[in-house]
Amino acid sequence: MDKLHDSVAHQMRNDIPMFKAGDTLVVDVKVREGEKERIQQFKGICIARKGTGINETFTVRKISNGVGVERIFPVHSPNIAKIERVALGRVRRAKLYYLRNLKGRKATRIKEVR
Amino acid sequence: MNGIIGKKIGLTRIFDQHGRNIPVTVIEAGPCYVTQIKTQEKDGYNAVQLGFEEVREKVLNKPKLGHLKKSSKALRILKEFRDFNSNELQPGSEITVDIFKPGDIVSVTGKSKGKGFQGGVKRHGFRGGPKTHGQSDRFRAPGSIGASSSPSRVWKGMRMAGHMGNKTVTIRNMKVVEVNPEKNLLLVKGSVPGARNGIISITKLKD
Repeated sequence: MDKLHDSVAHQMRNDIPMFKAGDTLVVDVKVREGEKERIQQFKGICIARKGTGINETFTVRKISNGVGVERIFPVHSPNIAKIERVALGRVRRAKLYYLRNLKGRKATRIKEVR
Repeated sequence: MNGIIGKKIGLTRIFDQHGRNIPVTVIEAGPCYVTQIKTQEKDGYNAVQLGFEEVREKVLNKPKLGHLKKSSKALRILKEFRDFNSNELQPGSEITVDIFKPGDIVSVTGKSKGKGFQGGVKRHGFRGGPKTHGQSDRFRAPGSIGASSSPSRVWKGMRMAGHMGNKTVTIRNMKVVEVNPEKNLLLVKGSVPGARNGIISITKLKD
């Protein structure tokens, strides 16, 4: 399996900061409109990290106008300009899917590490 | 036309210059050695025989070793390629993934995974019987296999249950995404027949 990993190792990014589920992230996404390229920000709580190597993805959840929105990004995608870790969350599990069932303030509040 | 023998490493993904995700199969292809050149006069047809995967001499039997001693080293896999550009080739010449470049269209041949004895639903995509309206034991049945006293038999080639998989499958028009001559790797878009570590042959269809 190492050969498989090595074959795409040159595509892996090493400029991605360490982050885990529970952290609040601001993800700068490159958006292409015709010829122009601009940066779109997506801010929310990272609720999961999945997969290994180049297949690794993370899910960011936010509440937008009362509606829950989730985006899944490949960690090593070249379309990610930057990931900023705004707050470090203190959580007791690796996948925070339970946030989907919560309403109101509870759904967006996570205890911070101090 | 050019070809090479390789080994399937597995599937992964790669990102193109626009950041799009492309599913790719990683193939460890070559280096292959020409073990024999068959000609119209001598053998009745034109072909190039390639060998792949170097092994200890002990592994091979004496007839195979004798055949290989004439041209190259101890190799496990031998395959023939017809319509090969054989003008510059000599027995013993090395063929590497260099013959491919990104964007080439290739066909990939391998042995599919064996599925054992399978029914019509899995093997041929039959729909099976109704699950309701008072049916019993008809869920995965093949249905009628023909008419009655005429023809009084089942037509040849009637699709029925039987052994599935473990046969040679060729997928045409696959696209080469990346070539890595240092590690002898070839990345093609999509999946190729067979299990990991399966032996596959790749031939170039067009540049």
